[in-house]
Amino acid sequence: MTPILHWKRLALWSGAAALMIVLPLVFSQSFAISMMSQMGIAIMFALSYNMLLGQTGMLSFGHAVYFGLGAFFSAHALNMIGAGTLGLPVTLLPLIGGAAGLAFGVIFGYVTTKHSGTPFAMISLGIAEMVAACSLMFPSFFGGEGGISTNRVVGEAVMGIDYSSAREVYYLIAGWCFVCMIAMFALTQTPLGRMANAVRDNAERARFVGYNPTRVRYMMLMLSSFFAGIAGGLAVVNYELVTSESVGVVTSGNVLLMAFIGGVGHFFGPIIGAILVTFMQSALSNYTLAWLLYFGLFFLVMILFAPGGIASLVTLHKHAWHAGQMKRLVAPYIAAGASGFVLLLGLIGVVEMTYQVETKKEQAGTLMNLFGFAFDASTAQPWIVAIATMAAGSLLLWGASRLVRAGWHDVTVAINAQRGA
Amino acid sequence: MEFFLVTTLNSLSYGLLLFMLSSGLTLIFSMMGVLNFAHASFYMLGAYFAYQTSTYLGFWPALVIAPLAVAFLGALTERYGLRTVHRYGHVAELLFTFGLAYIIEEFVHLLWGRAPVEYKIPEILDFSAFSIFSTQYPAYRVFMMLMSVGMLACLYLVLTRTRIGLIIQASLTHPEMVEALGHNVPSVFMTVFAGGAALAGLAGVIGGNAFVTEPGMAASVGTIVFVVVVFGGMGSLAGAFIASLIIGAVQTFSVAFDYSLATLLTGLGVQLNTESAWYELWKVTIAQAAPVLPYILMVLMLIVRPKGLMGTREG
Repeated sequence: MTPILHWKRLALWSGAAALMIVLPLVFSQSFAISMMSQMGIAIMFALSYNMLLGQTGMLSFGHAVYFGLGAFFSAHALNMIGAGTLGLPVTLLPLIGGAAGLAFGVIFGYVTTKHSGTPFAMISLGIAEMVAACSLMFPSFFGGEGGISTNRVVGEAVMGIDYSSAREVYYLIAGWCFVCMIAMFALTQTPLGRMANAVRDNAERARFVGYNPTRVRYMMLMLSSFFAGIAGGLAVVNYELVTSESVGVVTSGNVLLMAFIGGVGHFFGPIIGAILVTFMQSALSNYTLAWLLYFGLFFLVMILFAPGGIASLVTLHKHAWHAGQMKRLVAPYIAAGASGFVLLLGLIGVVEMTYQVETKKEQAGTLMNLFGFAFDASTAQPWIVAIATMAAGSLLLWGASRLVRAGWHDVTVAINAQRGA
Repeated sequence: MEFFLVTTLNSLSYGLLLFMLSSGLTLIFSMMGVLNFAHASFYMLGAYFAYQTSTYLGFWPALVIAPLAVAFLGALTERYGLRTVHRYGHVAELLFTFGLAYIIEEFVHLLWGRAPVEYKIPEILDFSAFSIFSTQYPAYRVFMMLMSVGMLACLYLVLTRTRIGLIIQASLTHPEMVEALGHNVPSVFMTVFAGGAALAGLAGVIGGNAFVTEPGMAASVGTIVFVVVVFGGMGSLAGAFIASLIIGAVQTFSVAFDYSLATLLTGLGVQLNTESAWYELWKVTIAQAAPVLPYILMVLMLIVRPKGLMGTREG
């Protein structure tokens, strides 16, 4: 095991810090800054989620409860700061969110963590639904449909920082994100973090060593809801609005997708997932109404073919790279990429035409424009082209997947030969 | 009295519908250990398929075609999806069905739009079967109850009185032994999954027009079915049956009551006004709290009896 303060690790963390500082200076457009702020919040949220799923093996479908409730309490606290009844610098507002998240983690965690595995997953979903239903019952706290809006430029400006510009908000988020990242990483190195892994892998053995798995799960859930609450508090500063959607099941599902796509088996996996998913959501939703469908398909493909997420793909290729065997994979990957692209083109054609014919016909008619071609989606010809492209792509991909498999076989043989020599 | 009888009948038909869903879910769970998140999506697909079929062929063919189509999709899901992810463990399986539910909802958006579709009760069943005092009770509700009870009787007979039913029961507890005796356990799994999907599809066919057929129906029923399964005890058919009826009754009755804690307190002589502490909490009526009640019941059950009503295992 690498010592905690190994120079490589220090270099990696300082590099990350430097990157977070420099990024808004390079991409200074306002949409880039707001997207990076979103990414920072998503990273914290996804990492806190992975404390449950990746580190303790608890699949939760209700993590947004802690994020959302943290956000609501922060929003009310911010309004109180604005009204002058609470003397707290806005910089420390996320602590309110964290405290709220922690408090609800203590309450709900007591009920949920008595279970593990599938029952835990179902109960977490039940709790999430309960909180979501409550959020519409108490409009004075949750603000009903419109949510609670607030204003972040309140209170005393500390050293001239009053969060009136998006860049100041970005640095606030980045700072909290960095601190939380370090804290969550450090937690994985503590005895509690290690016992969480033991409970994940074999709860019975953990009990034999003298630890109570329920208690380990409970503590991990409380800590994780604390970090989720901090992320919620930052979301309030960023958007100046919080609606009942943020405690909803969609938000819970979203964080699950982020962590899983990034890879739950590695600490840095959810970071990749959060960045990628946030980017995909804001980029794709500009181009197509069916973006959720593409996103869901992407998720399914990941589960079927890369259940360890992107992080596991990275570590897989690291071995091949170190052994100097990447050259065997280049040709199969190009083939797979090209045929996958053909399949994707056909799929996009079919999906977009279906959308045009079934749901957009009334407003926009059946004439449409895709990849620079203008055509009428009610005629047969574009359908034949799209379906033929899809079929050709599937066939090619099937062939290419055999190439990839053969390539990996060669790589494994070569690596084993190197080890043997 | 009149209100009570009518609501009891309504809650019975709704509870039986819930059981058609939860029986499939709990069978699949106890057999494969997979909690099928897409189960309610199959229910939704059943309703939409029936709607589409009924626009061309009418209701009766739809009653047969839609569940069969859903069963076919269920078989495909098991064969090419779940069996592939099975080697990655239960979490991957759960996530697979979660992703599938996501995609099915998007497909429904894509094909039928976001607004509810006009899936209507067939005219031949659109009359009142009998009247309770002054209320005309719709025949379709009676038809729903008969369908569910008939279906469940068939399910019971198949599970207990036929060869395949015995093999299914044996595969629940001793899959290796059943395999060693020469039965194809993976294909039994596929059959059960398809059967459960067909039940959900059928529930969609008869429930879609009684309630409403819209893209949100899977999410709204799905979590209730989960509550039923947890409440009744994971993997217990009898528990699921009782829990379905209880949750069905709770949901149906609670929307009709306009009483709140404030009513009670005022009745006891406590004066309440908008300035009172926790005023919002006191004035929430039972009808307003209706969406939360099943979840509260579930949480209470978990505190009192973590394995559920009739469950045999815990976590």
